Amino acid sequence: MPFIPHTEEDVRRMLEVIGVQRIDDLFDEIPPTLRAKALEAVPEGMSEMQVTALMQARAREDGQAACFIGAGAYDHHIPAAVWQIATRGEFYSAYTPYQAEASQGTLQLLYEYQSMMTALMAMDVSNASLYDGASGLAEAVLMAVRVNRKSKSRRILVPRSLNPAYRKTVHSIVRNQSIELVEVPFDAASGQVDMEALQSHAGQDFAALVIPQPNFFGVLEDVDVLTDFAHANGMLAIAVVNPLVMAVLKPPGEWGAAGADIACGEGQPLGAPLSSGGPYFGFMCCKQEMVRQMPGRIIGRTVDLEGKPGYALTLQAREQHIRRSKATSNICTNQGLLVTAATIHMALLGGEGLSRVAAACHANTAQLLAQLAAVDGVERVFDGPVFHEGVLRLTAPVADVLRSLAAHNVLGGFELGADYPELGSALLVCATELRTAGEIADYAAKLARIMAARTQAKCPVEPKFN
Amino acid sequence: MSNDVPTDLRYTKSHEWVRVDDEGIATIGITDHAQELLGDLVFVELPEVGSELGAGAECAVVESVKAASDVYSPISGEVIEVNEVLADAPETINQDAYEDGWIFRIRMADPDELDALMDADSYAEHSESDED
Repeated sequence: MPFIPHTEEDVRRMLEVIGVQRIDDLFDEIPPTLRAKALEAVPEGMSEMQVTALMQARAREDGQAACFIGAGAYDHHIPAAVWQIATRGEFYSAYTPYQAEASQGTLQLLYEYQSMMTALMAMDVSNASLYDGASGLAEAVLMAVRVNRKSKSRRILVPRSLNPAYRKTVHSIVRNQSIELVEVPFDAASGQVDMEALQSHAGQDFAALVIPQPNFFGVLEDVDVLTDFAHANGMLAIAVVNPLVMAVLKPPGEWGAAGADIACGEGQPLGAPLSSGGPYFGFMCCKQEMVRQMPGRIIGRTVDLEGKPGYALTLQAREQHIRRSKATSNICTNQGLLVTAATIHMALLGGEGLSRVAAACHANTAQLLAQLAAVDGVERVFDGPVFHEGVLRLTAPVADVLRSLAAHNVLGGFELGADYPELGSALLVCATELRTAGEIADYAAKLARIMAARTQAKCPVEPKFN
Repeated sequence: MSNDVPTDLRYTKSHEWVRVDDEGIATIGITDHAQELLGDLVFVELPEVGSELGAGAECAVVESVKAASDVYSPISGEVIEVNEVLADAPETINQDAYEDGWIFRIRMADPDELDALMDADSYAEHSESDED
């Protein structure tokens, strides 16, 4: 049964009343070239048994490879309790329920999440989540343009060392609001923001500077200097951070003399599995004085008539259901389930647990980079300090090497050539706390064999037979 | 229900009032009728001192427990002062919309624009019809 309540007779009579022959005629004013074609690639329906067999076959194709790919999404251990609790019926929804205040448990959880994020980021306030890290940064850029009323330029400084997917997403979302993203190059030696290039923008009118920590190359930026530069030049400082890293490094609220104004990023490292790219969630925190320009839901703690504690949606006047087209954003809670998992994840690990995970990632990556860079034909590209990723340059084409590694159950990293042709044959590698010393040594040994084979192939060999 | 509508002020359809002094400075706020429709105000977003406004430009936001509403500048000119009291005490507008609850002051670019605004009688009529 289709989920359409109108019978053919209903439809015919409605069309007759408005004087139209067919439903398609209602869309006449849309040029045919813009109309979506029928969905041709959708196969016929399958039985549950057939679908199960298909999915199991596809899962087997994934194999049991050791993952050394980071580049924005990270393979972390998630305690079994996290999703056991998150998928309980009481929590199992992506949204704040309608009549939100009737669901005190959900609201309390979101309030706890916000409290944890503000503690982790050392910021005043947090919203109840965004879609993902990339769109979260786009929201932060839009927010910065609203907040920074001293700036008239609608221009934002964005480092080239920021995740390329984030740069593309932000561009897609803000360009139609005539916001211009101006790229800041990276230093070829350190991989950090090129300070000389940044200084050339001193005194110019920009609404904000985006500061990634760590940046896409895994390199740690000098965030104090960058934050102070932004403030000295009338810009807001937007921090884009890996939340896990903030358990061990200085959080955005403490950067420079005044702290970052907005902190945002990808929440996936906090309890969300890789699952082929999503769903993940974005987070955003800001200073108290900017809270009215922050997009998304905010849950507040209050007391009822009898003085008992309770939780309520707060500052709703800036949201779309009240402010309509003038709302700060069309974002609601949207990724509530992932936030639920993140809250349980953080509660289980605690501050110390997060620090230990971060430290283990850093130690494993140091091991990985040392062992891989010792292979003939492989070298480190940048000398800046890194967290849990690093860039290597190979004397062989990266795509070929990655293919050979994958055939041996090693997902060897992320190829940088398409986004950063200036880096040559470059590879971004990552080792989280899940990668064992054995897996790291195995990767290095396989890479050494592959590189050696490629080098030998170049030697002139006398043909055996003429 | 009738609200206080002082006769020495000029008014807009969007419920702002304007008081002009001898030096061409206009003081602007929202009417008693507007504050009553909005209810208890919890936040006022003030314009930026030094900004140039055109007549009809959005320049401030008044937020109550149930709604947020834009304030439009009735006339063009440069903002020379904003009512900082409202930052901590937005309820001043509820208590005294026409005196202590003023929102911003502007140096008028074109005093002739005042002719296009309503007098007290027209505004009283407008705000009553608005309630229907």
